Amino acid sequence: MRNTVATRLLFELSLPGRRGAEFPTSDVPDVGWDQLLPAEQLADSAPPLPELTEPDVIRHFVNLSTLNMSVDTHFYPLGSCTMKYNPKRHERLASLPGLVDVHPYRADQDNQGMLAILHEMQEMLAEIAGLPAVSLPPAAGAQGELTALLVASAYFKERGENRTKVIFPKSAHGTNPASAAIAGFDCIQLEDTNDGLVNLEELQQHLDESTAVFMITNPNTLGLFEPDIQRISDMLHEVGGLVYIDGANMNAILGITRPGDFGGDMMHYNVHKTFTGPHGAGGPGSGPIAVRDFLADYLPGPIVAKSEDEYSLLTPEKSIGRVRSFFGNVGILLRGYCYIRTLGADGLKAVSENAVLNANYLMSQISKLMGVPHGKHCMHEFVASAKQIKENQKISAMDIAKRLLDYGFHAPTVYFPLVVDEAMMIEPTETESKATLDAFVDAILAIINDEKPDALENAPITTPISRPNETQANRKPVLRESIEDAKS
Amino acid sequence: MIADVIAKLAHRSTYEFSRCKVYVDCLLPTYGDAYVAYLFDTPQQKREMLDEIGIDSVDALFEQIPEAMRLQRPLDLPPALTEPELERWMRQKAAAGDAGICFQGGGVYDHFIPAAVDEIASRGEFYTAYTPYQAEASQGSLQAFFEYQTLVCQLTGMDVSNASIYEGGTSLSEAALMAMRITKRHGKVVVLGSVHPEYRQVLRTYVSHLNCEVIVIPTPDGTADTGVVESALDDQTACLILQHPNFFGCLEQAEELCQLANNVGALSVVSFDPISCGILKRPGQIGADIAVAEGQALGTPMQFGGPFLGMIACRDKYMRQLPGRLIGQAEDRNGERCFVLAIQAREQHIRREKAKSNICTNQGLIALRATVYLSLLGKEGIREAAELCCRKANYAAAELAKVDGIDVIFDRPVFKEFVIRSQDGSEAIIQRAKAAGFDIGPSLETLAGVDGVLVAVTEQRTREEIDALVAALAN
Repeated sequence: MRNTVATRLLFELSLPGRRGAEFPTSDVPDVGWDQLLPAEQLADSAPPLPELTEPDVIRHFVNLSTLNMSVDTHFYPLGSCTMKYNPKRHERLASLPGLVDVHPYRADQDNQGMLAILHEMQEMLAEIAGLPAVSLPPAAGAQGELTALLVASAYFKERGENRTKVIFPKSAHGTNPASAAIAGFDCIQLEDTNDGLVNLEELQQHLDESTAVFMITNPNTLGLFEPDIQRISDMLHEVGGLVYIDGANMNAILGITRPGDFGGDMMHYNVHKTFTGPHGAGGPGSGPIAVRDFLADYLPGPIVAKSEDEYSLLTPEKSIGRVRSFFGNVGILLRGYCYIRTLGADGLKAVSENAVLNANYLMSQISKLMGVPHGKHCMHEFVASAKQIKENQKISAMDIAKRLLDYGFHAPTVYFPLVVDEAMMIEPTETESKATLDAFVDAILAIINDEKPDALENAPITTPISRPNETQANRKPVLRESIEDAKS
Repeated sequence: MIADVIAKLAHRSTYEFSRCKVYVDCLLPTYGDAYVAYLFDTPQQKREMLDEIGIDSVDALFEQIPEAMRLQRPLDLPPALTEPELERWMRQKAAAGDAGICFQGGGVYDHFIPAAVDEIASRGEFYTAYTPYQAEASQGSLQAFFEYQTLVCQLTGMDVSNASIYEGGTSLSEAALMAMRITKRHGKVVVLGSVHPEYRQVLRTYVSHLNCEVIVIPTPDGTADTGVVESALDDQTACLILQHPNFFGCLEQAEELCQLANNVGALSVVSFDPISCGILKRPGQIGADIAVAEGQALGTPMQFGGPFLGMIACRDKYMRQLPGRLIGQAEDRNGERCFVLAIQAREQHIRREKAKSNICTNQGLIALRATVYLSLLGKEGIREAAELCCRKANYAAAELAKVDGIDVIFDRPVFKEFVIRSQDGSEAIIQRAKAAGFDIGPSLETLAGVDGVLVAVTEQRTREEIDALVAALAN
């Protein structure tokens, strides 16, 4: 079935003289190029792009698409990624001409429909966060983190405080320390992870007048709600610091509890996770942030303001400036807007209830097969450990992950978070049925009970490729097609 | 044995689907009163799952959240809408704004998008996939992004491209940070005043904590004076950042500027217009060390500012300093060619605070759009698109220059946009154009401190439209 001809590389498919797009001939008077542009600015020839017909291009990329697993085709229980179903209505509605054919410099008075939607999105995100001020521009979660840390920095600076430390637990996403470093802070990692939660004594040791922000994902990456989050928040506030909530796991708590209600001062959303972005094979995302009122003046612009029935764009008074050009990843924000408007308050709560129910049901079944070291119940995800299985049967988390592909399941996140050996981080989301979850458990059971380790070393066997040599790819990186090879 | 499981799954899927269909057709409420089309489990299944977990109700699962922190009321959100209601609502909003035929520029343009681009980008196998960490399950995306990197290199004449970052402004800022790491000069970057003002604002934000001086070279004549640039560069400068064609549409003395940067050991960062590569010398030919761009023009609609495509490409020797994902070619267990995420040791999920950048999510789907767009246009198509833009823009500029009371300011060669100034003021001509059904802009007063208005003319504009705009402004 696999079409290996159509999926050759573009320059292997290219033939001189072919083309896949055409333009009308020029309808303005012909003027010699020497009169338009200086000769020294012109290239000798057109850029050497491949030459293909439209059917070539379509067959190539459609065949490539079949080499992917996706939420539309498979169960995709990647922990920390919230791979939920992406409703098709979003694609149609976010593509309405009145919403996509809008130049970013269109005048506010000609753009009232768009601004009304974005304003309502700001208000809905503020309500869901329990934090009153929202900035929509950040392009993704990591940029949301950076933006919020710069906001905190500006706030401290204005108060004349020199705060240099950002603290985070070992189970934090890699973006947390990376964003803190880019924002110019010193990074302090809490090492103790005995029960999967923040050790308050260890945290206390790092708190002083140089503490700026404590970054925490709640529920955390082990799928546990930090029961001491209010106490943590109080501890930070006692020394004048701020609490940042990484909102990657908001899918667990929509309408149940809010970052603003459990002591968070700032947070980001991942619209492409919680509000069904979609993921786009790595992006685009959208990472709006929500902050407390005393931080609102520092937010990046533009923000949509409403006075009477007129919407306009403004930049807050003491804004940290821009974090990107133009408004933001509007196409993704529109999809998130459609999602929230479809579900409403009850629907969002049902999403979290079902996500948590699915995760706990799956955890109850998986824990019969392997250890789940942290927590009696989980929130929207849990982390199992294949440590015992590896010791006893020489089957690693990676082996299980790779073999699951042969059973038609995308692998869970493996070897993250760093605090669990042979970690398998599993997030089923609310848009999977019990039947799918049962089949997933059956597959893992079959892998660890019935399969020989040496057979697993060769897994997967049904996928387009198997176990690429990444070491070689890193040592001598080939990052583009060799055009010379393609022609020979 | 594997067959057993698959057979079982297939059986279950059919059963599950039929039950789900009945369930949806009956419009049964699921949880509380919310009708949620995206949730599978019936009350009975829910009961079975609760029994397996060993609890009475879902509420028990939330007991780990202290009572005092729980929201004791429903979220205060607008009422839920069914699909037909939502569609009506969104269509109404989408209709509440129209600005006429687009002659707006300033970094985002109304270029033609072939239908095949939408067709490929709307395949669920691409847009509902995750970041391709699991190579065996992601060869489609990985190969497409590898091809994106190839096409960007071919288009720009650069050696290596990453798989995209957010947009033009963050590309430019990441390039500046990259230049600081490479040159180990962290105290100074020089940027031309003719670089997009919003990109310069993003740059300021990104270096705000670094104790880094950002020197802006004024460009009162529309382009930089190379003598002034030369005197601003020194052996402490990490990079010279220029845009070519620049924010005002004018061509800079780009080759000479890149050389001036290199003369003091600084890198040249060139922000380019990807369509212009169809006729102009490409960044690699100009001598750019790092080339960055907003890739929106390559098959992505304007959508009020995003999602767009941050392009960044560099010389081979700087490869390991690139931010964001890179796709590399590899061989699999059976010796088959395949594609993987490469040199991940630069990235945040491995290096954490020592990473080259904090970026994680990139612009995968938009990079896919650009890949399909460039594949369709090919070398002749991109040349034609560039020629049409350039011819039409220069025609429009020449015609507008004939209008009494309107000047085309900056007497410099332009690619696809230019600045006009009216005796009556910018707002007056913007409104005059609008009354005739044309959207020109942006006005440059607040944006760039220039008394003038940008007019962009892409291959989409016809002579008839241009002539009508000229006539409207002549009134």
